Amino acid sequence: MKSRTIHVDYLARVEGEGALSVKIKDQQVTDVKLKIFEPPRFFEAFLRGRKFYEAPDITARICGICPIAYQMSACHAIEDACGIKITGPIRELRRLLYCGEWIESHALHVYLLHAPDFLGYEDAIRMAKDHPDEVKRGLRLKKAGNEIVRLLGGREIHPINVRVGGFYKVPEKRAFSELAEELKWARDAALETVRWVATFVFPEFERDYEFVALRHPDEYPFNEGRLVSNQGLDISVREYDQHFVEEHVAYSNALQSRLKERGPYFVGPQARYSLNFDKLSPVAQEAARSAGLGPVSRNPFQSIVVRSVELVYACDEALRIIEHFEMPDQPTASVEPRVSTGYGCTEAPRGILHHRYRLDDRGLIVDAKIVPPTSQNLKTIEGDLWQFVQTHLVIQKEKLQWQCEQAVRNYDPCISCATHFLKLHLERE
Amino acid sequence: MTLAPPNVVVIGVGNEYRRDDGAGIAVARRLHERFPSKVTVLEESGEGAALINSWKGATWVLLVDAVRSGVPAGTIHRLDVRAATVPAGFFHYSTHAFSVAEAIELARSLDQLPRNLIVYGIEGGIFDAGTGLSSEVETAVEELVERAAEEVRKALKVDVGN
Repeated sequence: MKSRTIHVDYLARVEGEGALSVKIKDQQVTDVKLKIFEPPRFFEAFLRGRKFYEAPDITARICGICPIAYQMSACHAIEDACGIKITGPIRELRRLLYCGEWIESHALHVYLLHAPDFLGYEDAIRMAKDHPDEVKRGLRLKKAGNEIVRLLGGREIHPINVRVGGFYKVPEKRAFSELAEELKWARDAALETVRWVATFVFPEFERDYEFVALRHPDEYPFNEGRLVSNQGLDISVREYDQHFVEEHVAYSNALQSRLKERGPYFVGPQARYSLNFDKLSPVAQEAARSAGLGPVSRNPFQSIVVRSVELVYACDEALRIIEHFEMPDQPTASVEPRVSTGYGCTEAPRGILHHRYRLDDRGLIVDAKIVPPTSQNLKTIEGDLWQFVQTHLVIQKEKLQWQCEQAVRNYDPCISCATHFLKLHLERE
Repeated sequence: MTLAPPNVVVIGVGNEYRRDDGAGIAVARRLHERFPSKVTVLEESGEGAALINSWKGATWVLLVDAVRSGVPAGTIHRLDVRAATVPAGFFHYSTHAFSVAEAIELARSLDQLPRNLIVYGIEGGIFDAGTGLSSEVETAVEELVERAAEEVRKALKVDVGN
């Protein structure tokens, strides 16, 4: 009997701390574990007893990379509980803010975390010595996203201007037009990004995933829509708990989600793209086609191309919003709490982020549930590793290990987000 | 970002909602009180790409962050980044994939380091969710503010002298 193990103690270039182990016996993969050991963070418990309007700011602290996603899902869930719907310029500004976060997050992942895998560098620092212009382009692109978040969010880090009902303050119209100049550069740079990553070599690999994303009749999804999949799911956000369940696994601090009826599913850029290609702007669709992508993308190693197409879309959409923007009469709608449960689901850079809050008659949060995208992808990542290793056993060990790590990074996992709500079962260790 | 005239920048890195991880932010705020107009004081989360942008155009930068290297809490580390590379994992506690050490070394690769970059690390003890520094780290913050203020004063003189 011949056994071998691929073991990565500390996964580099992912947000948070995780480890990976794959066991192989007699040419068969016998076990795959993606372990997450960042200390759990008790945000759901922390929310209990807080005022309804505190949810966006408290949950924004969960992740330094995607605070806007947490603010948006929290706002929508609380507004749902209170029975109001935000429309008009405030809704547009929320989309603009989300564009900023996608640009920041995708630029960081494409250039500094994922590209080194394809070009054969251990990290972006070594890559920068040979590819300084690309790295500089990535940094400037990311900064363009930061500028949107700074303008609308009040500051780049832990933005403070978002509130249930809208914003504390809406910037002057002039500030938006200044932003537009840099965004025009950013859109060109994003198109250049698509052309660049399309030249990478992608391992041959496809699975028949169940993609899950929001879908909206009029737009590529950020804040609103129905939850749909390519295997027949079509539900309102309020029906989430009826269809999805989270399970604890002994070896990890993170819960793993699955569809009750069918098991693992896939969220994030490739799911959004494959379910909403027709809603991308013409320039983003054209960029995808030129990069050789069809309207559905099933090779997870090509997620870097899809992420780059979404960079194009986010810049393009931001410019569209700025061009047509009219100042709102009020920066916020008034929101009165009531005894109710509210649901919110928005498209974080890494995929759907689900929030649920139950409020009492004083407007206090009685119960909160937060399901980040990474915990929804964990089972799918393990499934990819299982199949990838099984079909690539002939590759020498170092290269196989490298590609396993790359396979994890395909999902841009944010391990700090995935663990924030977990209970630690030390007795099972 | 508008820089104060002599391009002296202090950057506090951390998360004040993760106890001792807020040490860098605490030092930065106290230095801002000492030098309200002559020094640009920034607060950053430690996300590396943002850091590289934050010191653009500055000639003298002092960065303060919490670290965890295994020595007693409250220990103060000092690194002159121009003279030595930053040990990988020095800021290991950060949950960012691309953090302070990576930002410094990437900037070195791209020739985007400021002319002077001094990094102070305060060894943290408690990184749980919550606010308030441990007593060891609080003492270290007070000591470091004095040391850093002295360095800033010298830097302002040199810079004006140029």
